[in-house]
Amino acid sequence: MNMILPTASISATPNGTTRPQVRIVIVGHVDHGKSTLVGRLLHETGSLPDGKLEMLKAVSARRGMPFEWSFLLDALQTERDQGITIDTTQIRFRTRSRDVVLIDAPGHAEFLRNMITGASQADGAVLIIDALEGVRDQTRRHGYLLHLLGVKQVAVVVNKMDRVDFSAERFKEISDEISAHLIGLGVKPTAVIPISARDGDGVAERTARIEWYKGPTVVDALDALEPARPLAELPLRLPVQAIYKFDDRRIVAGRIESGSLKAGDEIVIMPTGKIARIKTVESWPVTPVNGPHGAGRSVGITLDRELFLERGDIIGHSGQSPRDTRRIRARIFWLHDKPLTKGEQILIRLGTKESRATVVAIEKAIDPGALSNEENSAIARNHVGEIDISLAQPVATDPYTDNPRTGRLVIEVNGRIAGGGLVLSVDAGRPAVPVDIVPVESALRADERSARYHHNGAVIWLTGLPGSGKSTLARALERRLFGNGGSPILLDGDTLRAGLNSDLGFSPQDRAENIRRLAEVATHLARNGHIAIVAAVSPSAADRATARRIADSAFREIYVATPAEVCETRDPKGHYAKARSGGLPSFTGITNDYQPPAGNELTIDTSNRSVTEATDEIERMLAETGILFDELTDLAANI
Amino acid sequence: MDHLDELEAQSIYILREAFARLKKLALLWSLGKDSNVMIWLARKAFFGRVPFPAMHVDTGKKFPEMYAFRDRFGKEWDLDLRVEPCPSIDSVDPTLPPAARSAARKTEGLKLALNKYGFDGLIAGIRRDEEATRAKERVFSPRGLEGEWDVRDQPPEFWDQFNASPPQGAHLRIHPILHWTEADIWAYTKRENIPIIPLYLTKDGKRYRSLGDQDITNPVASTASNIDEILAELDATKIPERAGRALDHETEDAFERLRVAGYL
Repeated sequence: MNMILPTASISATPNGTTRPQVRIVIVGHVDHGKSTLVGRLLHETGSLPDGKLEMLKAVSARRGMPFEWSFLLDALQTERDQGITIDTTQIRFRTRSRDVVLIDAPGHAEFLRNMITGASQADGAVLIIDALEGVRDQTRRHGYLLHLLGVKQVAVVVNKMDRVDFSAERFKEISDEISAHLIGLGVKPTAVIPISARDGDGVAERTARIEWYKGPTVVDALDALEPARPLAELPLRLPVQAIYKFDDRRIVAGRIESGSLKAGDEIVIMPTGKIARIKTVESWPVTPVNGPHGAGRSVGITLDRELFLERGDIIGHSGQSPRDTRRIRARIFWLHDKPLTKGEQILIRLGTKESRATVVAIEKAIDPGALSNEENSAIARNHVGEIDISLAQPVATDPYTDNPRTGRLVIEVNGRIAGGGLVLSVDAGRPAVPVDIVPVESALRADERSARYHHNGAVIWLTGLPGSGKSTLARALERRLFGNGGSPILLDGDTLRAGLNSDLGFSPQDRAENIRRLAEVATHLARNGHIAIVAAVSPSAADRATARRIADSAFREIYVATPAEVCETRDPKGHYAKARSGGLPSFTGITNDYQPPAGNELTIDTSNRSVTEATDEIERMLAETGILFDELTDLAANI
Repeated sequence: MDHLDELEAQSIYILREAFARLKKLALLWSLGKDSNVMIWLARKAFFGRVPFPAMHVDTGKKFPEMYAFRDRFGKEWDLDLRVEPCPSIDSVDPTLPPAARSAARKTEGLKLALNKYGFDGLIAGIRRDEEATRAKERVFSPRGLEGEWDVRDQPPEFWDQFNASPPQGAHLRIHPILHWTEADIWAYTKRENIPIIPLYLTKDGKRYRSLGDQDITNPVASTASNIDEILAELDATKIPERAGRALDHETEDAFERLRVAGYL
């Protein structure tokens, strides 16, 4: 897919003229002259600030060195001392027709991650090669990475022509070799230019020393690069960043990666396949806003119905949604010290979605510098490969060839990006076209039910160690509420595991899914006016946070904080005894993996409270937080 | 979408990522043109309210106009404003040159505030085009336990995928307007009608391009009396923005040393 369109990004220049802006990365082997070329380009285009040249001369003189252009960009003391670029940097200048943001990326193999950081933001690239040294491993590696990063426009410069006596033969040799390499990768060089960055030949002027060369100068080549545009013509992709509820609006926020949307559109939320309509497009200080919003915009929308959706979901239009999958094949580059191995547990990020995953297979592993095939069990640092990934939960994605923005992923190790790549194919676990789920609303209004039951719908979530008294309290509360004319329903974790959740085990993923289902069922009941009382150990704070997100304002969390010793002496189900004897390996309580809540609505220790007292306390909390109506009997008398 | 729309959308994306992925955020408000734009962007990102504190690390040596601006717009913009003092000059590395040493008080004040609140993310309004070491920054930039910046070991960051896990006990700096230029800031300030401190406009033939502490910031010669004239002036000038900041020019690496130690 060609991402490059002729329409140019318009830069707001101070004088009111409009100029396109392009972002160019300069890459190549260490010492082939990147920083020198950048310095020269700035000088030739008159972009150096006053006094900068003098400052550089002084810096060079202080070090007893000949004048060095690279000091301009190598701003760090260590860079100047060692004469290498450590990290990517950006600098701006203007050509005749456009504003250029130059991204200088280090060539040193050790800093490949910094080169990728720089190159991933570019519309086009300049690949630099030393005329004397020719194409090196790092040159090929950079060519390969440009291709992987999706940078399609590459101008090649053959630098230091002065050191090969401006030989046309030597130039042709290198030109042929690099062109063949790039074309083999699917990247066609837009130009191959002989230059001497130090002396200025071929940079802005074709000098007499390269009179045999008829092509563009470096400045000409930069002038001809086109800015990459966001992909407005592709189907809509809006990855959800967050759901905000700062006031009575429930705003779904995110950036449109491709396509466009407007109020009234029917949308599908993937991977769940739920359908809704966009009610409004919100913005500040003016809201709501009319008209379509296209790729690149950060927007906020509201929907015409209350659906559960969360960060990481992707919104598309009906019939054109991304696929949902638990299996992906990807081409990746690896930046971490420790090789990526088959069977490894990783964290992947696809847009705003984060998911645990397993590397199921490594199909290829190559060093893009040497272009040699390697063993298939691991991908070493700075190498590339093709892998199959199995995901812990369904995600929505597109193959890279269909959508470059949603078809790319990064891999995180210990909270740090360790690699990244392109989605080659998606093994859709379910049909690519979402099932048309249109939720049917209840025939009854919420206030009709609350008038009868004297309460609003709620999810009362009792969490605590096994034996802490959750089920006992839940049952007492159920009895109390029912006695007052309400409609309580007990959802006991163990009971639901016997049926609805019988397919789930006790791994962290399964526990999370268990809680999610409990929360979905409970929320459905709450929306229909009932009080769902959930009694579940639910040891993971993150899982309970998910439940709270699902139930939203109906959620009330009660921590049954009975001390572990007391719980163990009770041991109503005999679990503690069994766990002590080694018969229950993943039992919460003995292994001590319970994460107590913070910010819960109520804490109860049943070791120093009677069941009646505890039930009173819960009732009081429910009244204070608007679930139970304050003057129950009076209200009932009035109806 | 024009250029300013693109900048705005990108900054909003960054702010929302920071809010989604970090627990305890604060936004550093230096009262200057850049951080005013940043607060404006945060209000856009979160539909009118800034859902985290705005912190002013106060050296006590700002211009009266800046304090007046803070007191007025802190209220008008409904900010959860935290004003944090800086320790005395005696607590600062004595080997630094004088202006840098004076500025380094701010780093110390920042450290105290971080310890006090336990923030894991600090949103700061620095830009790549201001200064050469800032040009090398990440959007999400990890800091060490003492707030220091390890320029030799910055994590990879690409395709708007950010590293949002701060090291234990340390924090992240988040830079939502890293990709803006000085001209972008002014063009946007004009378009959005964001209030400005009058010190940026000419008075007696001089104006401030960059506002810092009174004792180490100098005005530049200028006749610009409104934003259009500032933009025209920027288009023509070759004088760097921070030319009036004494601490940048004392020694070759003064600013780098400050930044590595945790300065903005």
